[in-house]
Amino acid sequence: MNLTLKIWRQKGPRDKGKMVEYKVSDISEHMSFLEMMDVLNEQLVNSGEEPVAFDHDCREGICGMCSMYINGEAHGPDRGVATCQLHMRMFNDGDTITIEPFRAKAFPVIKDLVVDRTSFERIQQAGGYISVNTSGNTQDANALPISKHAADEAMDAAACIGCGACVASCKNSSAMLFVGAKVSQYALLPQGQVEAADRVKNMVTQMDLEGFGNCTNTGACEVECPKGISLENIARMNRELVKASLVKF
Amino acid sequence: MSVLDSKVPKGPIKDKWTTYKDKIDLVNPANKRHIDIIVVGTGLAGGSAAATLAELGYNVKAFAYQDSPRRAHSIAAQGGINAAKNYMGDGDSTYRLFYDTVKGGDYRSREANVYRLAEVSANIIDQCVAQGVPFARDYGGLLDNRSFGGVLVSRTFYAKGQTGQQLLLGAYSALNRQIARGKIEMFNRHEMLDVVKVDGKARGIIARNLITGEIERHSAHAVVVASGGYGNVYFLSTNAMGSNATAAWKIHKKGAFFANPCYTQIHPTCIPRSGDYQSKLTLMSESLRNDGRIWVPKNMDDVMAIREGRKKPIELSEEERDYYLERRYPAFGNLVPRDVASRAAKERCDAGYGVNATGEAVYLDFASAIERYGKEQAKIQGVSGASKEKITQLGEAVMEAKYGNLFQMYEKIVDENPYKTPMMIYPATHYTMGGVWVDYNLMTTVPGLYCIGEANFSDHGANRLGASALMQGLADGYFVLPYTIGDYLADDIRTGSISTETKEFDEAEKEVKDRIDFFMSNSGTKSVDHFHKRLGKVMWDKVGMARNEKELKEAMAEIKAIREEFWKEVKVPGSANEMNLELEKAGRVADFLELGELFAKDALIREESCGGHFREESVELEGEQKGEAKRNDTDYAFVSAWEYKGEPADAVLHKEQLEFKDIELKQRSYK
Ligand SMILES: Cc1cc2nc3c(=O)[nH]c(=O)nc-3n(C[C@H](O)[C@H](O)[C@H](O)COP(=O)(O)OP(=O)(O)OC[C@H]3O[C@@H](n4cnc5c(N)ncnc54)[C@H](O)[C@@H]3O)c2cc1C
Ligand code: SF4
Ligand code: FES
Repeated sequence: MNLTLKIWRQKGPRDKGKMVEYKVSDISEHMSFLEMMDVLNEQLVNSGEEPVAFDHDCREGICGMCSMYINGEAHGPDRGVATCQLHMRMFNDGDTITIEPFRAKAFPVIKDLVVDRTSFERIQQAGGYISVNTSGNTQDANALPISKHAADEAMDAAACIGCGACVASCKNSSAMLFVGAKVSQYALLPQGQVEAADRVKNMVTQMDLEGFGNCTNTGACEVECPKGISLENIARMNRELVKASLVKF
Repeated sequence: MSVLDSKVPKGPIKDKWTTYKDKIDLVNPANKRHIDIIVVGTGLAGGSAAATLAELGYNVKAFAYQDSPRRAHSIAAQGGINAAKNYMGDGDSTYRLFYDTVKGGDYRSREANVYRLAEVSANIIDQCVAQGVPFARDYGGLLDNRSFGGVLVSRTFYAKGQTGQQLLLGAYSALNRQIARGKIEMFNRHEMLDVVKVDGKARGIIARNLITGEIERHSAHAVVVASGGYGNVYFLSTNAMGSNATAAWKIHKKGAFFANPCYTQIHPTCIPRSGDYQSKLTLMSESLRNDGRIWVPKNMDDVMAIREGRKKPIELSEEERDYYLERRYPAFGNLVPRDVASRAAKERCDAGYGVNATGEAVYLDFASAIERYGKEQAKIQGVSGASKEKITQLGEAVMEAKYGNLFQMYEKIVDENPYKTPMMIYPATHYTMGGVWVDYNLMTTVPGLYCIGEANFSDHGANRLGASALMQGLADGYFVLPYTIGDYLADDIRTGSISTETKEFDEAEKEVKDRIDFFMSNSGTKSVDHFHKRLGKVMWDKVGMARNEKELKEAMAEIKAIREEFWKEVKVPGSANEMNLELEKAGRVADFLELGELFAKDALIREESCGGHFREESVELEGEQKGEAKRNDTDYAFVSAWEYKGEPADAVLHKEQLEFKDIELKQRSYK
């Protein structure tokens, strides 16, 4: 395949940035999207230009590092995949592909397609944990049976890879799906109950402080989420918030 | 006499760890506040260590090259984590896990370390459940287990196909809690580029801020390296693109011995490569071997017909298939250890029976499992006289529940539906058993410098059993290092904070800056990847699954030549004072180019076959084991620990003799 790429180039956080056009040829349909980007970058390095900076690491859809906004969709046109799992067979010879970073006020661009997602880190630090120290004499794991149903549902929520596609897809740049997933994981498990009220309040407060927008239930996040995190998690988080507001200490 | 002292405590193996913990020096909680520890790497090993050390009261500075600790490559572990809980009541015990690990490692690991690992394994599961890790459960609400290769019990805990992710997110949550308390200062997007020694002790590191390019100095009373494995020396592996040996190699150059570099695990079940542009290989978890049967066609005609697309694998009858693992190893069948399974696949493909265009693929077939589960479900659900279609449908649902995400991953990459047609798989580099040499305390040969997780050499000998790396990483970080490091730091309570304004820091920083300046000013013509790919090809062809003297010598010479060319011809665009991914890669590949040569040298001196290291000159010539790997315990029951002396070829070998007091040395037989 021969393709035209329109890519967002931005030297640094303060640079204005612009779209730049490149051509790549002889792209195999079996390549992954990032392998196609490797071909472009090798081409750029060989011609003495700076390669396009983009985040990636595992290249198997689990680390959550890759984050491209391709043809107007976070992680591109395929469903249920991160950018690194997108394959060129989704495109046709002669296509023009636009590639931009994940955009949101809380995700400032660092360089080209690389954005700063440390706002997600601070939300997790605000309450995304169960307060238990490592001691070596924690109670036996089977002393607390947990229904398979709850464990499976908690696992589904915990599958979030923290990529931020939900934010990039949302017209309000809301992080509700990401935060809802974490709150849900613990809300569904007995271990999470003790701190449930504080957790949800603190995480939501931090989310607001970081400048993420409100949720207006458009559902775009669920569509683009590579891990199929469902909107139910947002509903559950809202219920948890209501519950938390009723808790008096 | 060797300079190596493994510091294994005296006494019976069952009591060593307990006695050790009772006797070590402790640091009083008020004093811990005055002690700083640097942890490089926040994967399972580093993340769990950093969190635990901070809980204990130390001041921790943690470093990772990704933008979040949650992205360390531990996240990609799929299959599971072992623990001797014996929840299944199938005869498991601490001793059995210890025994399986030593045997699986082909008797090349240190007994005392492995026993301790087995001993703390049960605590790991308790700890993770308390943190909210959503392990798989059965209908009674208790934890479920699966089996992995090389063992005869079910002791593997799992969270769907994302066990590493869930365990890492558990450690990450513990880390976040301490970051919030101010006990851990987290440096994301930072790369350690050197260790700083003061009076012979590790007292800090030099790191590069990967966003601004700034070179920073950080001091501490002890440094812990938990930077993962070096599988990317092969260019293609199941590791992440950024996985590297730099931290481990830099400490090696500053005095930490590097042990058994040639012990590498080539994993049998990975998706075969499809072309030259390939950037990495994807693992299909070993857990699939619980339910998949591995085969190639018996007849060459069928092989050709399949390659040319004239026949489909499902059209071959049972008689036309060669289930070669079941044929060669009736006792373990498809569940032989990884090294054995990988070599058997290579043997069939070298003989011409590979089933894809490159001739490097075998089938992993789920049809029998789908039928078996389907029938079972039909019975459970009371569907009498179920049709074949109904059985298949029920069976596929079971497979989806067990391996759904893996099957989806496969389909996205290969564009074939593994429920309907067998998967194609081929071995790929996956894990490195070798690494920085450490004693029983997990301390390297440099005082105050520790190494944990995949980066060290301990515990797995010449071959790691499935689901044991996650166990080791968390054992090191949660339960071992926090004790052993305290014993060392007890002497440092009056030292006070370590200054970074000293000549030792000046020198280390200068070295780092000089190298960066070289890359930025070199007027070469070839990209970093160009050299990395060439190195990878030499490693795979000559230091891969089967090795021999002639090719190892060639490999050493070729790697040296590539390295010399690299230093003349490498081209790094951009500048040093900004995010520069090519510069990051250049530094990593420079280190791989040295490590690769030492790797080949280590393989050359080890004239025996053991675990993942297979020397063609050392095979059984007769008897039931004919053609199988031949170990040589008389001459090679030692750990090779290499001391840096400049050129990799000049490295000096130190031997740690391995003693087997609790396990009898036997040939591994999976027949
Ligand atoms: C695809 C795959 C599947 C696997 N499945 C299993 C399984 O099912 N069961 C099992 O037991 N094992 C499995 N393994 C092995 C296991 O996952 C790893 O051995 C283990 O997770 C390694 O953990 P670690 O903490 O040592 O290193 P990693 O998780 O790799 O972490 C390394 C850390 O070091 C940091 N780092 C590296 N270099 C530097 C530097 N120079 N400066 C600063 N920071 C640095 C990184 O940022 C990262 O935080 C699997 C491995 C792979 C690749
Ligand atoms: S909820 Fe989905 S889209 Fe959002 S961060 Fe998690 S995995 Fe990414
Ligand atoms: S690179 Fe890890 S999820 Fe895409």
